Amino acid sequence: MAINAQVRNASDGTPPSGKPSQGKQSNRKLSQRKRSGLTFNPNRPAWKEPASPLYQCIKGVILGLITLSIVLPILLVVSTSLADDQQLVQAGGYVLWPTHPTLQSYEAIFSGSFMFRALGVSAVVTAVGTLLALFVTITMAYATSRPVLFGRPVLLLVLFTLLFAPGLIPMFLMVKQLGLLNTLWSLILPGIFGAFNFVVMRSFFMNIPQELVESARIDGAGDFKILWKIVLPLSKAVVAVVGLFYAVGFWNAFFNAMLYINDQTKFPVQLVLRNYVVQGGGLADQLGIASAPPPQSMQMAIVVVALLPILLVYPFLQKHFNKGVITGAIKG
Amino acid sequence: MISTTSEERQAPSRPYCVASRPPGKPLGARKARKSAAGRQSLRVRWKRDRQMLLMMVPGLVFLLLFFYIPILGNVIAFQDYQPFLGILNSDWVGLQNFVDLYFDPDFWVALRNTLVLALWQLVLFFPVPLGLALIVDSLMSTKIRRWFQSIVYLPHFLSWVLVIALFQQVLGGAGLVNNELRQLGLGAIPFMTNPDTFPLLATVQLVWKDAGWAMIIFLASLASIDGSLYEAAATDGAGRWRRMWHITLPGLRSIIVLLLILRIGDILSVGFEQFLLQHDAVGPGASEVLDTFTYFAGVVGGGWSMGAAAGLAKGVVGAILIFAANKVAHRMGEPGIFSKKVG
Repeated sequence: MAINAQVRNASDGTPPSGKPSQGKQSNRKLSQRKRSGLTFNPNRPAWKEPASPLYQCIKGVILGLITLSIVLPILLVVSTSLADDQQLVQAGGYVLWPTHPTLQSYEAIFSGSFMFRALGVSAVVTAVGTLLALFVTITMAYATSRPVLFGRPVLLLVLFTLLFAPGLIPMFLMVKQLGLLNTLWSLILPGIFGAFNFVVMRSFFMNIPQELVESARIDGAGDFKILWKIVLPLSKAVVAVVGLFYAVGFWNAFFNAMLYINDQTKFPVQLVLRNYVVQGGGLADQLGIASAPPPQSMQMAIVVVALLPILLVYPFLQKHFNKGVITGAIKG
Repeated sequence: MISTTSEERQAPSRPYCVASRPPGKPLGARKARKSAAGRQSLRVRWKRDRQMLLMMVPGLVFLLLFFYIPILGNVIAFQDYQPFLGILNSDWVGLQNFVDLYFDPDFWVALRNTLVLALWQLVLFFPVPLGLALIVDSLMSTKIRRWFQSIVYLPHFLSWVLVIALFQQVLGGAGLVNNELRQLGLGAIPFMTNPDTFPLLATVQLVWKDAGWAMIIFLASLASIDGSLYEAAATDGAGRWRRMWHITLPGLRSIIVLLLILRIGDILSVGFEQFLLQHDAVGPGASEVLDTFTYFAGVVGGGWSMGAAAGLAKGVVGAILIFAANKVAHRMGEPGIFSKKVG
């Protein structure tokens, strides 16, 4: 951006002022190109005038504040979870940078099997749920991506789910009726198909050149084989994105667990987070530890445990945003 | 989003009659396909498509079990549902549950809160992503742009539990800000527990979590505006603001209308987990919305039928609203979310 460009100019020794002296005789466009050529930026179109310093400043401040508002709380939580007692007491409970980082609060929350079990539940639900969800979504999206028998009514059945929801109580009764209450399946099965992900997947499949599919058909491949050998290898990006969306959804789900699970040993991480951080339940009692680190830093440690997988997965997810996998589908 | 008509039309056909279809003539091919498909008997098509049909089965089973049967389960809204009797044996009471709902002051509190929150969201949340997108779009350095986008998208992927936990750590009674205030000798401010300011807090939380992500759709449509329009306008002497007013905003009109429709159709769902999580801290007077009302009346309080009635009323009104909003969009000459051709 222009800020960068100015810095570069300064280091080159080019004076940033005195731009368009020779532009007077030549036509307007040329002078504009020259002018933008001084604060050189290949992305700036020739017609676009560089922004005024004031506007630049305002923009910079807005962007900076937004960034801070997002980064700061996360940094605060991570730092406080790592800080030692002494610093915590001195700082009054919160630190932005741990001077003597220690893992004692993590050791404390992982001292019993409680937290491990919660992590295990979340991991199993996320892994199994994502695989099943991908299976159901891919098959459904592929089967409706071409004009086949009953393709149209089935598509409408799916799209209707975007307009209306069955409601919480009928869903609860259904899960109960299926005997899924208090099992991990109650966290998995209701979430293995999302109409939005279906739309994303389907519109990607529809953009695959039909000639590939046709030639495979002529060679005698069935639809399953075509899907597995031809369509899926071409759709790695969209499968990755949709899979990550599902995974994030399963990892983040908390209300399903609150609704369907009574058994403490089957609580996922999000529910633990809610019970012991948001509600402020007695964590040390639950863990059965006598000399616990300050509750604040243990709470922060749980927050970090719930946050970390998302932060780890995020770069992979983020990689695809700019490729238009998602936005392409929305626009269609 | 839901409108699939245009895709449908461009959808490449299956090779119904590969030989007879002249290559590179999509228009004629489409006609030929239609008539050919009409001629083929059901049995032939069944045989040809049976693997595809098999692929629909898992999805259909899911839709049946977790969408269409539960939808039928809404009949308990017209019953005096007793769990030990089940749906088949419970008494039918007609509209009694809806009448009860009408005379239940808590329901009206929930409805009022929902509408108030929706209004706040519409005024405070809706314009933010648009503004953000305009700023990001004006960034010339791809590096800054990428970084900023990565950071503002992130909160969308955090769960509500995590978001509330983070807000508590910063703004809560024992949180960072109040700690500092106390150390400065000022009194603590109950950001997180004051029912009067709760709508503002809830909207700020929503902006923090989702405004960045909501920007993505505006960015996509900004990118699709024809750059030569800007160039022409600039050559004619239009400045930055005139270009924004005469090119950018008209270019975004369709998407703004679309999102407004979606928002209005969804006006009765302001969010659920966010309010459930803060129900205890703020109290039901400010944080009870229709969805939490359904949960507390139905699942927690055991008033299954009444909860279902509230949920059903909400769903039906929501569907009516979205159809109405779509109609308004058509009147305004916008494509809206779905058109008659899809049905």
